[in-house]
Amino acid sequence: MTSPTQKEISAEIAERRDAYAKAVADGAPRMDHPHRDYPPYRSSVLRHPKRPPVPVRDPEAVELTGPVFGHTDVTEWDNDLTRQHTGEPLGERIIVTGRVIDRNGRPVRGQLVEIWQANAAGRYIHQRDQHPAPLDPNFTGVGRCLTDDEGRYTFITIKPGPYPWRNHDNAWRPSHIHFSLFGTAFTQRLVTQMYFPGDPLFPYDPIMQSVTDDAARQRMVAAYDHDLSKPEWALGYRWDIVLDGPTATVFEEGR
Amino acid sequence: MLPPTPSQTVGPFYGYALPFAKGGEIAPPGDPRTITLHGHVLDGAGQPIPDALLEFWQAGPDGSRSGAPGSLRRDPTTGAVIGRDGVAFTGFGRVPTDADGHYALRTLPPGGPPYISVCVFARGLLHHLFTRAYLGEPEGDPLLDSLEPRDRKTLIATPERDRVYRFDIRLQGDENHEETVFLAFD
Repeated sequence: MTSPTQKEISAEIAERRDAYAKAVADGAPRMDHPHRDYPPYRSSVLRHPKRPPVPVRDPEAVELTGPVFGHTDVTEWDNDLTRQHTGEPLGERIIVTGRVIDRNGRPVRGQLVEIWQANAAGRYIHQRDQHPAPLDPNFTGVGRCLTDDEGRYTFITIKPGPYPWRNHDNAWRPSHIHFSLFGTAFTQRLVTQMYFPGDPLFPYDPIMQSVTDDAARQRMVAAYDHDLSKPEWALGYRWDIVLDGPTATVFEEGR
Repeated sequence: MLPPTPSQTVGPFYGYALPFAKGGEIAPPGDPRTITLHGHVLDGAGQPIPDALLEFWQAGPDGSRSGAPGSLRRDPTTGAVIGRDGVAFTGFGRVPTDADGHYALRTLPPGGPPYISVCVFARGLLHHLFTRAYLGEPEGDPLLDSLEPRDRKTLIATPERDRVYRFDIRLQGDENHEETVFLAFD
C-alpha cells in the first residue's frame, strides 16, 4: 500500500473543515474536542467507537470524584527538565507556565500535571522513534508538578523540535509538548498537546486539525509572553488549560 | 462557561513518561481480598492494541471515594518512583497494554456500587474514552438498567476463576463483536 501524499491528506483535512463549518452554519453545536473518527489521521480509523457514548447522569457516579496526588508523588525538581542530567541539554531553553482551571474559572489546586516531549532535534527517547536525529544525553523530556493554590503550573524545558512520522508521505508533526492533567473529578481528565505560536506546520498536521473548530484549535496554542522571558536565560510561554466535565460540586449546585 | 481545552491523542511515545512502577498494583501486597481484573484492548479489526494506556479509578473497599496520594510515590534521594507504601489505598491505577494488547490490574473490590471506572487512551484515539468494569450485576444500577442486554454485557467483567475477572475493551465493534459501551459525562 502506498502512502497518501500530503496533498491528499490536506484535501481530506479541508473537506472535513468545510463540512464542520457548514454544519455549524446550519445550526449544529460547536465542537470543543477533536472528532474521534478523523480519517486524515489514519490510526483513528479502527480506533474509534462507531456508536455515540451513553450519557451518565447519576449524581452518585464514582467518576464525579477522582484520584488525588501529593508531595510524596512529585519532587521539587521534577518540573525542571533541564536539570535531570549532569550536563545542560542542547536547544532553546523555555519557561512554560499557566493555570489549570475548570469551566467555571475555578482553579484546580494541588493536582498532577505531567508532560513529555521530543528533544530540540525532534527525537524522543523511545525505542520506536529511530528517525535520523540525535538523542541528547542531557535530556529525557519528562516532567511533572502539582498545581499551586491558584491552579498554576510551571516547567523549565527546551523547545522541542518538529519530527517526521508515517501517517502519510512527508508527514511532520509541529513542535508540541504533551500534557496530562487531572481535575477534581475523573470526568475532567485531559491528555492534550501544547503547540507553539506561528508554527508553519499547523495546516499540514491531521492531529492538530482533528479539532475542526478554529477557535478551539487556537486554544491549544501557547502565547509567547515577553514579560515571562528571563534576560540571557530563557523565553517564556503562557498556556492556560480549561478542564471539561462535571464534578460532584457542579452536580450539587444543580447543574 | 469557559470553553474547554481540546483533547489530543496520547500518541505513541508516552511510554517513558506516564507508566510508573507497580501502576497496576492498587491492592496492598498480600491483602487476601485482592482481585485481578485483566483483558485485551482491541480495535475494529479485532486486533489487540499494544499502545493503549488504561487508567482506573474506584472507591476504596470501605466505599470511600476520597482516594489517597502516593500512587507514584518517589524516593526523595534519587527521585525514582518507589510506588505505593502498601498501606494507603489510593484508588488509582495506570497500566499500559503489553505487546499482546493485554493489561492486568490487581486491586481490592470497591465498596458501594461494584464497578471500577476505566479511562482509555491510545495512539490513534484523539479523545480518551470512559467505560466501567462491573464486578457483578447490582440491582437498580441506573446505567446498567438503561442499556439493552447485549450492550449491558460489554460492561460486565466475566469471573474466570476465584477472584480473577476478565474485561476486554473493544474500541470499535464489527459484525461479530459488540463494541464496548463508552460513557459521556456532560
